[in-house]
Amino acid sequence: MSVMAQLVSRKEAIAGKWLARVIDTYPPETARFLRGQQDPFANPVGQATRHSLNTLVDMLLAELDEAAARTALDPVIRVRAIQAFTPAQAVGFVFDLKPILRESLGPAAQNSEESALLEDRIDRLALIAFDVYMQCREKIYELKANEMKNTTYKAFARAGLIKDPDQGAGQ
Amino acid sequence: MNKFYLSSLLAVFVLALIAWVGGPSAPWLFGIVLPYLAVILFVYGVARRVMGWSRSAVPFAIPTTGGQQRSMPWIKQNKIDNPSTHLGVFIRMALEILTFRSLFRNTRMKMTHEGRFSYNLEIFLWLGAIAFHYAFLTTLVRHMRFFLEPVPLCIQAIEAVDSFFRFEISYDAIQFGLPGVYISGIVLLAAVVYLFLRRLFIAKVRYISLAQDYFPLFLIMGIAFTGILMRYFTKVDIAAIKELTMSLVTFKALSFKVPQGIGPLFYVHLAFVSTLLIYFPFSKLMHMGGVFLSPTRNLAANTREVRHVNPWNYPVKVHTYEAYENEFRDKMVEAGLPVDKMPEESAEEEKE
Amino acid sequence: MADETPKPSELLSKIDYHTPSTHWMDVPVNIRKGMYCYASNPKSVEYLGLPNARAWNPIEEDWKLPENWQQILHEGFKERLEKFRSIKVFMDICVRCGACADKCHFFIGTGDPKNMPVLRAELLRSVYRNDFTLMGKLLGRFAGARPMSLAVLKEWWYYLFQCTECRRCSLYCPYGIDTAEITMFGRELLNLLGLNIDWIATPVANCYRTGNHLGIQPHAFKDMLEFFVDDIEEITGVRVEPNFNKKGADILFITPSGDVFADPGTYTCMGYLMLFHFLKEKYGLDVTWSTYASEGGNFGSFTSHETMKRLNAKMYLEAKRLGVKWILGGECGHMWLVINQYMDTMNGPADFLEVPVNPITGTRFDNAASTKMVHLSEFTADLIKHGKLDLKPERNDNKILTFHDSCNPSRGMGMFDEPRYVIKNVANHFYDMPANTIREHTFCCGSGSGLNAGENMEERMAGGLPRANAVKYVHEKYGVNMLACVCAIDRAALPASMAYWVPGMQVTGVTELVANALVLPGEQERTTDLRGEPLPGMEEADE
Repeated sequence: MSVMAQLVSRKEAIAGKWLARVIDTYPPETARFLRGQQDPFANPVGQATRHSLNTLVDMLLAELDEAAARTALDPVIRVRAIQAFTPAQAVGFVFDLKPILRESLGPAAQNSEESALLEDRIDRLALIAFDVYMQCREKIYELKANEMKNTTYKAFARAGLIKDPDQGAGQ
Repeated sequence: MNKFYLSSLLAVFVLALIAWVGGPSAPWLFGIVLPYLAVILFVYGVARRVMGWSRSAVPFAIPTTGGQQRSMPWIKQNKIDNPSTHLGVFIRMALEILTFRSLFRNTRMKMTHEGRFSYNLEIFLWLGAIAFHYAFLTTLVRHMRFFLEPVPLCIQAIEAVDSFFRFEISYDAIQFGLPGVYISGIVLLAAVVYLFLRRLFIAKVRYISLAQDYFPLFLIMGIAFTGILMRYFTKVDIAAIKELTMSLVTFKALSFKVPQGIGPLFYVHLAFVSTLLIYFPFSKLMHMGGVFLSPTRNLAANTREVRHVNPWNYPVKVHTYEAYENEFRDKMVEAGLPVDKMPEESAEEEKE
Repeated sequence: MADETPKPSELLSKIDYHTPSTHWMDVPVNIRKGMYCYASNPKSVEYLGLPNARAWNPIEEDWKLPENWQQILHEGFKERLEKFRSIKVFMDICVRCGACADKCHFFIGTGDPKNMPVLRAELLRSVYRNDFTLMGKLLGRFAGARPMSLAVLKEWWYYLFQCTECRRCSLYCPYGIDTAEITMFGRELLNLLGLNIDWIATPVANCYRTGNHLGIQPHAFKDMLEFFVDDIEEITGVRVEPNFNKKGADILFITPSGDVFADPGTYTCMGYLMLFHFLKEKYGLDVTWSTYASEGGNFGSFTSHETMKRLNAKMYLEAKRLGVKWILGGECGHMWLVINQYMDTMNGPADFLEVPVNPITGTRFDNAASTKMVHLSEFTADLIKHGKLDLKPERNDNKILTFHDSCNPSRGMGMFDEPRYVIKNVANHFYDMPANTIREHTFCCGSGSGLNAGENMEERMAGGLPRANAVKYVHEKYGVNMLACVCAIDRAALPASMAYWVPGMQVTGVTELVANALVLPGEQERTTDLRGEPLPGMEEADE
C-alpha cells in the first residue's frame, strides 16, 4: 500500500487529530463547547473549523488546488482573524498537520517521496492561509475606515450642521 | 480549582466524623440541641433573606418576553411566555417552578450540519435537575412519617407509590424482609452524583464552579447515602428514632432525654441535615425562594397597557423644549420651523 | 491567546496542549485592541453633569480614578441593592448550572470564557459577596468572594462593554437571571467613576442638547428630510410634505435619528415619509415629526437609569406640547425596550394623550392603553389587515428576504408576528432562518447597546458571527439576498457584519419594503426602488 493510500484510509483519524489540536488553541473551558456542540447555529466556530479541516485533509491527500484550498481555508481563517490570536497563531494551525502526518506514517515512510510532497503541500497551504488571513484583516480595516465614511457625520460637521457639545451656545 | 471540591469534601467528612463520635457520647447535643438550632436558624435565615429581597424595590417591570406579545386580536399571543394577565403569569411561574421550563428550552431540537435533527446532551441537565428536586421533595414528604403520629394516609400513599418493590431474604445468615425500596432515595443519590460529576467533568461548568457549589452537593450526597445505609443495610432502631423525632416536634425533647439505642449513623445523618438547614439561608440554595421573586418572570408583560409604578421615581433634569428653542430659535425661524416664541418676543423678555 | 508573538517552537510543536486551567479570578484582564471602544470624551460627560469627567485611556495603566473610587463603588452598589430587587435577587440565587454559558453571541464568537453570561455576572457577584455577605466575609475566596481592585475594575469595564444587553441568556436561565439588567447596573456603577465609552457618552450629550444622537440641529434635521423628499419625488413623481413640530397633529412620530443620516436606514426613513403621505392623501391622517424629540434611540439606557429617563422625557414633553392624540414609534430596537418597559414608569402617566386608536381602521391598541405609544409595525400590520394600503408586492420580487428579530423587540416586547405579517404582504419571497436563531431565540447583531463604534470592529464581528452564520445558511440554501430588520442599530451595524461574513447580503428596514410596494396616489410608473435599483422587469427601462 502506498504511503498516500495508507493516509487516505486514515483520513478521518487525521482530520480528527488536527481538529483536536486546533480546538486546543482555545481555552479549555471553550474547547469542550467547540468540540461538543453539534448544532451549527449554536456553534458556528466549531462548525466552520471542523468543516474546513475535513475538506483540507481530503484535498491534501488528493490534489491541492489553490482556489479550492482558499475556499476551504476561508471560513476557519475568517473566524480566527477576529479572535484573540496573533497572526502566527491564527494561521499556524496549518503546520500542526506535519507532526500528525509523521506520526501516522511511522518512521519507515517518513523519508519517502510522498512524505516530502505532503510537506510541500502543507507549506503551500500555509502560504495560502496567510493570504486569506491578510485579506480578512484588510477587510476589517476597510470596514473600520468605510463605516466612518458611510455615516455622513463628517460631511455634516464640515457643513456646520452639527453642534458639538463642547461648542458654546448659539454658535 | 480542585481545592474547591476537595475542601468541600473534606468539610463533609470532618462533619461526619464529629457526628459519628460525638453523637453517641453527647446525644442531647447532636440529637436535640443541634436540630433545634438548625431549624431556628433556617427559619430565621430564610425569613430574613426573603424579607431582605422584598424590602428592595421593583422599580421597573422587566419581564423577559419569550413569545408573541398581545397586540391585535388576530395575532395569536403566546399567553404563557409573554403573559399579559395575572393568570398567564401564574401559569408561567408554575411551569417554571414545577417543570423548570426555561431550563428545558436548552434541550429543544437541534439541527446538525447534515441537516438532521438531534437532541443535545443538554437535556441531561434538565433531567438531572428535575430528578434531583422531585426526589428530594418526595424524600422530604416521606420523612413526615417521623414527625406525625398517626401517620396520615396521604403520606402512607406516597410511600406506597414511591416504594417500587419489596423483597424478603430469608437465608439463614441474613434474614430480613427488605423494606420496599424507595425510588426517591435512589434517584436522589444518583441525581446528586450526576450533578457533581457534571461540575467536575464539563470544563466550562468546572470553570464557573465555586466551593459553595460543591459543598451542598456533598452534603446532600451524604444525607442520601447515610439514609440508604440506615434503611437497607445497617439496621437502626426505627422505634427509638421515631421516639426522638416525635419528642422534638412535641417539645418533650426539651427535657434533654434521648432514647437509647440510636446508632452513630443516625447522628451523622441528622448532623448533615442540620448543617444543610443552617447553611441554606446563606447560600445559593436560596434560589428556592428567589425564583418566586425574579422580576423577569413574575411580572406581567403588559407594560404598555398598565403603568408600573416605581416607588423611588424622582424628578430629573431634562432639556426642555423651551431651552431647546431658546438655543436654536433663529435657525428654526430661518428654516421655516414653527416656534413658540418669535425672536422679537423672546428678546423683549430677556430685556425685562 | 496571548498578545505577544510566541516563539516558533511554541507555535509549531504546541507541547502545551492541556494547560491546567487557571481559576478565572487569576486570569488577568487583557484589554485587546479591536475589542474595546474609546473612552468617553470628557466634554460630553461634563455637558450632562455626570461625575468624574476626565480624559483617560483604557489601555493605559492609570485610569485617573478619583481617590475614593472604591468607596464610591461600594456605596453605589449598596444603594442599588435597595433600589433594584432584580439586582439583589440575581446576586444571590445563581446556582451556576451553566445553562446560559453557551447562549451568548460574544462567548460563541470570541471563545473567551469570561463572556459566558454566568461569569460576566460573577465578576460583579464576587465583589458583592466580599462586600455584602457573611459567607464572603468569613470564607473569602472559598465562598467565591474577592475584594475590589483596579484589576477587577478593569475586568468589569472590559466585559461589561462586551455585552449587548440582548437578554438571550435570560431566556434559558431557570431563575430568569437577566444579564442585561446586570450589565445596565454594572455600567451605571462604572459611570459613577466616569468610565463610559465615547460611542455612548457623546451621542447621549448630543441627544440631550439637540434632540438626537448626531447633534443635528433643527434646521439641518429638516434639511435632511427634505433631501429625501426630493429623492422620493424623483422616484415616484410625488412630492410628499412632512409636518414638523406641528401643533394639533393627530400623531407624533418618533424614530431613531440613525434613519435620518445613515444608509441603509435613510431608505427606511423615505419609507416613513411615503407611508405618512399616503395616509394623509387617502385618509387625511395628520402625522408630525419633531425636531426636538428627533431621537427615538436612547443611549442613555446604556449609561444609567437616570440618563435614560432624562433623554426619554422628551417624548412625552413634546407630545404634550404639540397636543397630539398618541405617539407612533419607528423601527428601533432598544428604543422599544425603553418605551415598552420603562417610559410609562419613568415619565408617565401620559394622561394628556388618548388610548391609541387607528382612525383609519378603528382598531384600538389596548396593549398600549397606558403608554400610548404604538410600534410602526403594529400600525402597518393593522392597516394591511384591513386592506387600507394599496400594495404591489411584486415590486419587491428581486428581493429574497429573511427577517432578523432584533433583541429588544423580541425579548423585551415579543413583537414577532407583526413585522413578518407586514413583510409577507409587501414582498413575495420570504424565508425564516433556523428556528433556534430567530424569534425569542434570536441572536444579536453583535453591536447593540452602544457598541457599534468603528474601533471595536473585531469585537463586533465576533459578536455578530452567530447571527451572520444563520443568515449565511438561508443565503446559501434559498438565495436570500436581503436581510430585513426593525432596528436602526441593526441597519447601521449589520451591513459591516454581512460584508465580512456573508458578502452580497443587503440590509433593509421593513418600512422600506412597504414603501417600495406602496402605490402612492398619482404616482408615475416607477422604474426603480428607493435605492435607485431597477425594479423587477424594469432593468431595461432603467437604461
